Amino acid sequence: MNKRGLILSLSVTLLATSFLVACGGKDPNAGSGKSKTLIYGRGADSVGLDPSQQTDGESLKVTKQVLDTLVDYKDDSTEVVPGLAEKWEKSKDGLTWTFHLKQGVKFHDGTPFNAEAVVFNFERWMDKKNPYHKGDYPYYGYMFGGFKGDPGHVMKAVTAVDANTVKFELAKPQGPFLNNLAMSSFGIGSPEAIKKDPEGVKFNQSPVGTGPFKFVEWKKNDSITLAKNPDYYEKGLPKMDKVIFKSIPDNAARFTALKSGDIDMMDGLNPDDAKLVEADKKLQLKLRPGMNVGYLALNTTKKPFDKPEVRQAINLATNKKGIIESFFAGYAKPAINPMPDVVWGFNKETQDYEYNLEKAKSLLEKAGYPNGFDVEFYAMTEPRPYMPNGKKVAEFMQEDLKKIGINAKIVTYDWQTYKDRVGKGEHQMALYGWTGDNGDPDNFLYVLLDKDNTRTPDAGNVAFYKNDALHDTLIKAQQSTDQKARTDLYQKAQEIIKKDAPWVPLVHATVPEAARAEITGWIPHPTGSDKLLNVSIGK
Amino acid sequence: MISYIIRRLIMLIPVLIGMSIITFSVVHAIPGDPARTIVGDKATPAQIQEIRENLGLDKPAYIQYFTYVKDILQGDLGTSLITKQEISKEIKPFLAATTELAVVAMLIAVFFGVNLGILSAWKQNSWFDYTAMLIALIGVSMPIFWLGLMEQWFFAQELDLLPSNGRLDPRMEFDAITNFYSIDAIIQGNWYAFQDVLLHLILPAVALGTIPMAIIARMTRSSMLEVMRSDYIRTARAKGLGEFWVIYKHTLKNAFIPVLTVVGLQLGLLLGGAVLTETIFSWPGVGRYIFDAINARNYPVIQSGILILATIFVLINLIVDLLYAWVDPRIQYGKGE
Repeated sequence: MNKRGLILSLSVTLLATSFLVACGGKDPNAGSGKSKTLIYGRGADSVGLDPSQQTDGESLKVTKQVLDTLVDYKDDSTEVVPGLAEKWEKSKDGLTWTFHLKQGVKFHDGTPFNAEAVVFNFERWMDKKNPYHKGDYPYYGYMFGGFKGDPGHVMKAVTAVDANTVKFELAKPQGPFLNNLAMSSFGIGSPEAIKKDPEGVKFNQSPVGTGPFKFVEWKKNDSITLAKNPDYYEKGLPKMDKVIFKSIPDNAARFTALKSGDIDMMDGLNPDDAKLVEADKKLQLKLRPGMNVGYLALNTTKKPFDKPEVRQAINLATNKKGIIESFFAGYAKPAINPMPDVVWGFNKETQDYEYNLEKAKSLLEKAGYPNGFDVEFYAMTEPRPYMPNGKKVAEFMQEDLKKIGINAKIVTYDWQTYKDRVGKGEHQMALYGWTGDNGDPDNFLYVLLDKDNTRTPDAGNVAFYKNDALHDTLIKAQQSTDQKARTDLYQKAQEIIKKDAPWVPLVHATVPEAARAEITGWIPHPTGSDKLLNVSIGK
Repeated sequence: MISYIIRRLIMLIPVLIGMSIITFSVVHAIPGDPARTIVGDKATPAQIQEIRENLGLDKPAYIQYFTYVKDILQGDLGTSLITKQEISKEIKPFLAATTELAVVAMLIAVFFGVNLGILSAWKQNSWFDYTAMLIALIGVSMPIFWLGLMEQWFFAQELDLLPSNGRLDPRMEFDAITNFYSIDAIIQGNWYAFQDVLLHLILPAVALGTIPMAIIARMTRSSMLEVMRSDYIRTARAKGLGEFWVIYKHTLKNAFIPVLTVVGLQLGLLLGGAVLTETIFSWPGVGRYIFDAINARNYPVIQSGILILATIFVLINLIVDLLYAWVDPRIQYGKGE
């Protein structure tokens, strides 16, 4: 073949391609109504599908459909309701919990769900010597104080009383115990399937649970397909035959795919696009209540933030309404306390610092900084659920700080480096945030503001705020299992924090998401993992 | 010829060693820690330390490097820290997806680029020449992400003519055998899927092919103009040969070598540098695989991924060099040894 042959063959290939394309119409079955298939568009792929091994929302969002938990969250809040356990009781001292399981439930592989299966799963997670303990089980270690043999481990024993009753004996009472068990990470998997996979690799790729949908196929970085579990214990559910999670990394491209009907629903909507959704009759806007907080941490171990007056002054110089209007398109609530009001125990009485530059300036004078000071202001550049545009927010706040004499220099790093530096306490002030795990106040107040969590290099309390009265309160609340007593203690804790002002709590982001207008039954959950069993197309 | 190929392949070794040292050092110099990504934001320092030890990240860097090289020599590309899957297995579908896209993009780029270049040279200084070169200039300077989003907006959303993202309608049941979807569809005789695969290829391939097309067009034009001034072309015209044959047969043959060089280099770039296109069109390719690995500090994936891409890049260049001899018989390798 000479060069003309080369050119010729190229042209022929191209012409043939364009011809085929011209002849091909659209798939007649691709219309969203007919196949009872739901396509959920999202920003990233799952990491793995064994929920006990994962911490990222994109993994848990999928496993929530496949593996059920002993107890569950209500559809729209973090209140605990029955799941695989129908009912439960606890002993007076809060050390023994007995769960009565639903009967006649089967795993997707046909094996029965029972007390043995529950025990098997917990043994696998908690005991590093268990032959099936093949991973890091980060959430288990984190929520239950480590693993078997660790000094802080709360789980003393998990035993099967009879086929349908499981008993948990705890080493010490744990306030958030039920909320922890409801987390998607503690979904119960089929012991048979786990035993068939001694290396702990296959189950993470194709999980087997009791949930409304069965795992079918995973095309990496592309799509995960689930199919209806015909034996699901709630009759008539789920409503869809198939759910496909499709990764579309770019927010704008994902929105285009929604508008052109390639997908049925999506998360990660740009706040600015939310207005377009509202105006479009073919689409509907969904607001996910934010179980999160975006805040400005003031490093209390560094000058000048060792002085409470200075911290209060920064609070007074912050225009939260302006931030929400400018950078959240209005889709956020101003944060008054360190935790949002979707978490129980939220203190409604707390008065927020008003936006008052005069007052801020006089407080600075009182603290001995009449001419202000120079300061480094850390801001994240990567969008976070609680802070879509950290740098812009920092620039906005910088203007107000200048007015009270504070000269803030904005410093940015990539997200990993940023977390690294902030965790080590290298910052003076830093924009930061948190997304809740289990919907318990402990998961915000203790984790983010107790002196126990100021240890570097991975401090959770990045204001490095230490207050003994607060510590006592939080520990008491942590060890109590009495809801009323715990609520009172957390109310008190929020007051202490407000006065000391280790942070400027900024926002609780409400996450705008969108669906085609014909989608019904979708309730975005504050945890970020929605139950899709009631979702349907039309009616 | 054979000895030339062997020599070139041996030269690959120092290139890859250098490449691996650079990648390893850069990867380990970026701050951040894969252990943190694995256990999530919320792990305790003790948990993180334990994982670091399990992964061998607490050992000195040179030991980590030699372990890595030892594994590579044994044909083991390592295991992804995040997914715990073997990289050699995990990367295959991504490589296939990227290759399929890059090849189609290159076909488009070569077809339009070469013809635009030829016609521009043929009709030098005509309105066609000016327009074509203006298009080429715009093509070179066009940001791919913008072009991609505009394509999606116009062809998918407004006209509803082409799918906006992905390789295939996710509702379609389809077995990936080779992971080159067009080939898979043919193997399975699934013409419906084949059409769908081609439809899905058009927008990303055009976006990805635009810059190489523009570069090829400009290169072809200048190369053609040079050759058209040579004596033998005048002779060809003088003996009464039609202008079409003069241009497409005699001129192109000699003008094609520099074009071929550009094609080879661009194809190499497309294979590794398609991150933007892959992101906008949700194309599950190797660029994004490595990009995500960088964000997660997934050291083995970054290292092995870049090593594979470097190898492919070098091999493509070798093939291009061999093609020279095929296009121009005056070039011969291995003579006189």
